[in-house]
Amino acid sequence: MTTQTVNQHDAHAHDEHEHHDAGAMKVFGFWVYLMSDLVIFGSLFATYAVLMNGTAGGPSGADIFELPLILVSTFLLLFSSFTYGMAVLAMHADRVAQVKGWLGITFLLGAGFIGLEIYEFHHLIAEGFGPDRSAFLSSFFTLVGTHGLHVTFGLIWMLVMIVQLYTKGLNDKTRPRIMCLSLFWHFLDIVWICVFTFVYLMGVL
Amino acid sequence: MSDAHASHDGGNHGSVKSYVIGLILSLVLTIIPFWMVMSGGFSNMAIVVTISIMAILQVLVQLIMFMHLDFKTEEGWNAGSFIFTALILVILVGGSLWIMQNLHANMMLGG
Amino acid sequence: MFGKLGLDDIPYHEPIIVVTAIVMALGGLAIIGVLTYFKKWKWLWTEWLTSIDHKKLGIMYFLVALVMLLRGFADAIMMRTQQALAAGGAEGYLPPEHYDQIFTAHGVIMIFFVAMPMVIGLMNLVVPLQIGARDVAFPFMNNLSFWLFVAGVVLTMISLLIGEYGKTGWLAYAPLSGIQYSPGVGVDYWIWGLQISGIGTTLTGINFFVTILKMRTKGMTLFRMPIFTWTSLCANILIIASFPILTATIALLTLDRYLGMHFFTNDMGGNMMMYVNLIWAWGHPEVYILILPAFGVFSEVIATFAKKRLFGYNTMVWATACITVLSFVVWLHHFFTMGAGANVNAFFGIATMIIAIPTGVKIFNWLFTMYRGRLEFTSPVLWTLGFIITFTIGGMTGVMLAVPGANFVLHNSLFVIAHFHNVIIGGVVFGMLAGLTYWFPKAFGFTLDEKWGKRSFWCWITGFYLAFMPLYILSFYGAVRRMQSYANADWQPLMIVAWFGAVLILCGIACTVIQFIVSIRDREKNADITGDPWDARTLEWSTSSPAPFYNFAHLPNVGSVDAFWEAKKEKGMAADKPTQYEDIHMPKNTVAGPIIGLISIAFGFALVWHIWWLAGVSAIGMFVAFMFRVFNDDIDYYVPAAEVERIEREHHKRLEMQA
Repeated sequence: MTTQTVNQHDAHAHDEHEHHDAGAMKVFGFWVYLMSDLVIFGSLFATYAVLMNGTAGGPSGADIFELPLILVSTFLLLFSSFTYGMAVLAMHADRVAQVKGWLGITFLLGAGFIGLEIYEFHHLIAEGFGPDRSAFLSSFFTLVGTHGLHVTFGLIWMLVMIVQLYTKGLNDKTRPRIMCLSLFWHFLDIVWICVFTFVYLMGVL
Repeated sequence: MSDAHASHDGGNHGSVKSYVIGLILSLVLTIIPFWMVMSGGFSNMAIVVTISIMAILQVLVQLIMFMHLDFKTEEGWNAGSFIFTALILVILVGGSLWIMQNLHANMMLGG
Repeated sequence: MFGKLGLDDIPYHEPIIVVTAIVMALGGLAIIGVLTYFKKWKWLWTEWLTSIDHKKLGIMYFLVALVMLLRGFADAIMMRTQQALAAGGAEGYLPPEHYDQIFTAHGVIMIFFVAMPMVIGLMNLVVPLQIGARDVAFPFMNNLSFWLFVAGVVLTMISLLIGEYGKTGWLAYAPLSGIQYSPGVGVDYWIWGLQISGIGTTLTGINFFVTILKMRTKGMTLFRMPIFTWTSLCANILIIASFPILTATIALLTLDRYLGMHFFTNDMGGNMMMYVNLIWAWGHPEVYILILPAFGVFSEVIATFAKKRLFGYNTMVWATACITVLSFVVWLHHFFTMGAGANVNAFFGIATMIIAIPTGVKIFNWLFTMYRGRLEFTSPVLWTLGFIITFTIGGMTGVMLAVPGANFVLHNSLFVIAHFHNVIIGGVVFGMLAGLTYWFPKAFGFTLDEKWGKRSFWCWITGFYLAFMPLYILSFYGAVRRMQSYANADWQPLMIVAWFGAVLILCGIACTVIQFIVSIRDREKNADITGDPWDARTLEWSTSSPAPFYNFAHLPNVGSVDAFWEAKKEKGMAADKPTQYEDIHMPKNTVAGPIIGLISIAFGFALVWHIWWLAGVSAIGMFVAFMFRVFNDDIDYYVPAAEVERIEREHHKRLEMQA
């Protein structure tokens, strides 16, 4: 067996490659987590589909869904997906200040989405159409609310990333995290597409 | 300290152009369904079919143009695991609907 | 301040519980005493509790599982005793409200806190070594998963001492598990114990899926992986795809109970049949999560001790993949009688029978591996032979149950109980005990005592048949499951036979305990110097026993299936002595993992008892601990090449002295 001199440089060059691989592995692992999250939403969609006619004398979707509000919410989320994409492009171009800026705008759009959702839920509950009124309302509030909870966690994560950009900048720990949050954010937009289509739009038919 | 080279994050990155196109496509695929439902000038069947197709298309726009899903990244495991999960969802949601509707028809429960 | 919790929630007037509490307290004090006397607290914390080493986590998982086996089996023998006594009007010694908690806890503990951690423990110990990796993909998450599992165990054990457990059966069907019919805290303990540990399990699934796909050593293509790794991969796919269904379903039940929603209530549009549907959509894949790794164990054991390459490697892989996919289309067979029509029942009945086919392929492959091999009748082989016979019988009773017409007679009878114990004991338990014996030397550096291992096997297998064959017979007489007492005194003799079977199994467990004691006493005599005590075939046996914390000084290069066997054939047993070593990149231990896990106990307890301020504080605490982790940059280090060299040279020196 030939002897090779292994010096520190070789070890750490190998190591840099390893770090990139580690980052890619984190992103892949997060993608797999998103698949499990998809199954959670699938279970909630299945439950909604089964229970949506269980209105128990209370309101149905057609009675309570306000499509103009939902259209605005959808635009907020759609644009926030776009602005997050801009943040990722800025990250690839190593422009930390721009990343922070785009993340900030995304945060505001996302917060707007949550604000509208809280408004909608509060309004319904105040009218006596809360999640305890009927099986339809339980499954509606839970499906949409779970999506909203995920968005809220995403917003908290976004704040943490902005802080980390200030304290650590872009490095091989923060870059994969920004990529993972990117996947999370777009994934939530995908779930929302299904929500506004199958819950809201079909609900008023 | 930042890495001074394009990071090997295991995927293609897109560009401003591709994101703008994705956004415009998504907006169109959103506006049409909302308009169809809110204007009220279409049959239910037409609406259901159209908005379902548009939803699927928009999901694909998100997946491909925003999340850069392809069959090359991670040796295809990203796409593969997504297809598998989608299959599970079809079985879970479709199967549950089939079972529960069948139970409903047979059990004559009220409501 | 304490929510619903009050002093009368502590059952100090129940003698059985008081005795249990005293035993647990004495045991706990003994452990604390030993640790303090030998000044081992720091060692425990740094070497074990904060460890991210997959081998140590695997050992801890299995250890907790064995302890919980004692608890779950205590429940079993209490039930057998009750059923042996309570015939023809006699009431036995356990009133229904206790009996119901016992059969509920028995099922939950055996599935979630014995079988699952045994499977996950073995996967943890073995898979990274088998694929030539140094650890799993996400070591911190691995530690966190373990501690979330421990939290679930602790919450379930606390329910014994404070409050009560659910009386609903292990799956807590609605509407019985809803707030109207189970207003106490029992179902809430069930909810939070499973929800918290379930998150740990899902994270494990993700972790091992990525590990197996991304961290295989050079040359190890998918079709060169050991079969145990293949079955682990498929089990983890099942975990990722099915556990979220459990998470969602338990969450919906929680919303019904805590916020008055109407998913599964009798009224206001709820549909309790959707609960049954969803819970089994998870529940069926769950049993395949348990059995596939057991199948993997048997494949490794047979090939090793028959000194023969596993017959039909490719068909084994495809059979496993088929079982994985098919396990998602059979779940309705758990509720044929709930009222679906003939078409639906027929579809799921046929699908269930089809799934027996790939299983049969595997059985034939094992038999063909043994044929013309030179089978050595070690205790792992005994467990395997016992499995082949017992699991086949259990599988056949499963096919009987898969016939919807027959199921209408057999549903909820003792036939179902006998069937699933037949396959779970014959399959999962025997597999886990075989795996324990087979991989014990790799974990600890010495083999288990064979004599007591064989005694344990014979007690288990005779005990199993004595305990469960009478149940098949009784089911034909009309006996149903979960009976606290029964009117027909003619059933009593068979119930007594079943009780003897349980006692025999208890002897089997005792033999295992004695085996541990004897083996530890004789560990010098049974030391595994070479790291390859069985002359085995796969990569984990190429390391020392126990393996060094970094697993491999040089990541191996693989050219075929049974890579280690091929390497031995080429080079003989002479160990490779490389002349240069590299620094090795390793993760550091984690404090955040155990802390988040321990806080989650407080979180779950608070939610059970409606102590909202404590729930809020715990949630914030877990978030803060996680933030500490997220902002901590000091999470890895390099083992200097000189240190690696020192450890490797020591191992080679021992090998030379042996030879």
